[in-house]
Amino acid sequence: MDTTIRVQHADFSLQEETNFLRAHSNNVGAVVTFSGLVRDQQDGNEIKALFLEHYPGMTEKSLRDIAEQAGQRWPLLGVTIIHRIGELAPGDQIVFVGVTSAHRGAAFAACEFMMDYLKTRAPFWKKCLQEGNEHWVESKDTDHEASKRW
Amino acid sequence: MIDVHYFANIRETLGIAHEQVSTEAAGTVGALIDALIVKHGDRWQNLFGSGTASGKVLVAVNQVVVPFSSPIQDGDEVAFFPPVTGG
Repeated sequence: MDTTIRVQHADFSLQEETNFLRAHSNNVGAVVTFSGLVRDQQDGNEIKALFLEHYPGMTEKSLRDIAEQAGQRWPLLGVTIIHRIGELAPGDQIVFVGVTSAHRGAAFAACEFMMDYLKTRAPFWKKCLQEGNEHWVESKDTDHEASKRW
Repeated sequence: MIDVHYFANIRETLGIAHEQVSTEAAGTVGALIDALIVKHGDRWQNLFGSGTASGKVLVAVNQVVVPFSSPIQDGDEVAFFPPVTGG
């Protein structure tokens, strides 16, 4: 399985990432991609921006570990995980998980598994920047429930 | 020496991102926290006094999340941070 992990300030292109995943192998029958975007509301309040902090070193390691776990559970050909850091505006892309396999079942499941694990295991922290105040986002029980089902 | 890192709201609450602590403080993560409270006082007491039991503070040793009873030794990298909120 070919694994690509990137933690970066820059935006990413869905088309380029899909092309890259397809190019790994001629046996790719399915490409499943997920991209997460910054919403303009958090807990009912309008936000101006999000600030993403990470733990250099551990973050990349934990993303690689999540990809490896997916590769052990499903017959995957390629995985790409990209997570952006720094300040992001509503509508910006924040996270990308792409996966290829011979058949769609494994690719769908692995993509969802990796997002659920990323949300509860990869060391990233979001701060909401609002008009007149800023606060760190609290972790959600629903994310922990989602990650337990695997 | 132990390399200690703080992230996100914990870094902001304590007003420090990184410090080095002498190895006499080592043994376990819990013993390191006790030494940090002695060194720094109230802010550390307030954060770690309730945070470790309530799950508001997590610890990683050499970039792996571990229990507070875990052993640490000279040269280890120890990081304190809140539950993660990426994605």
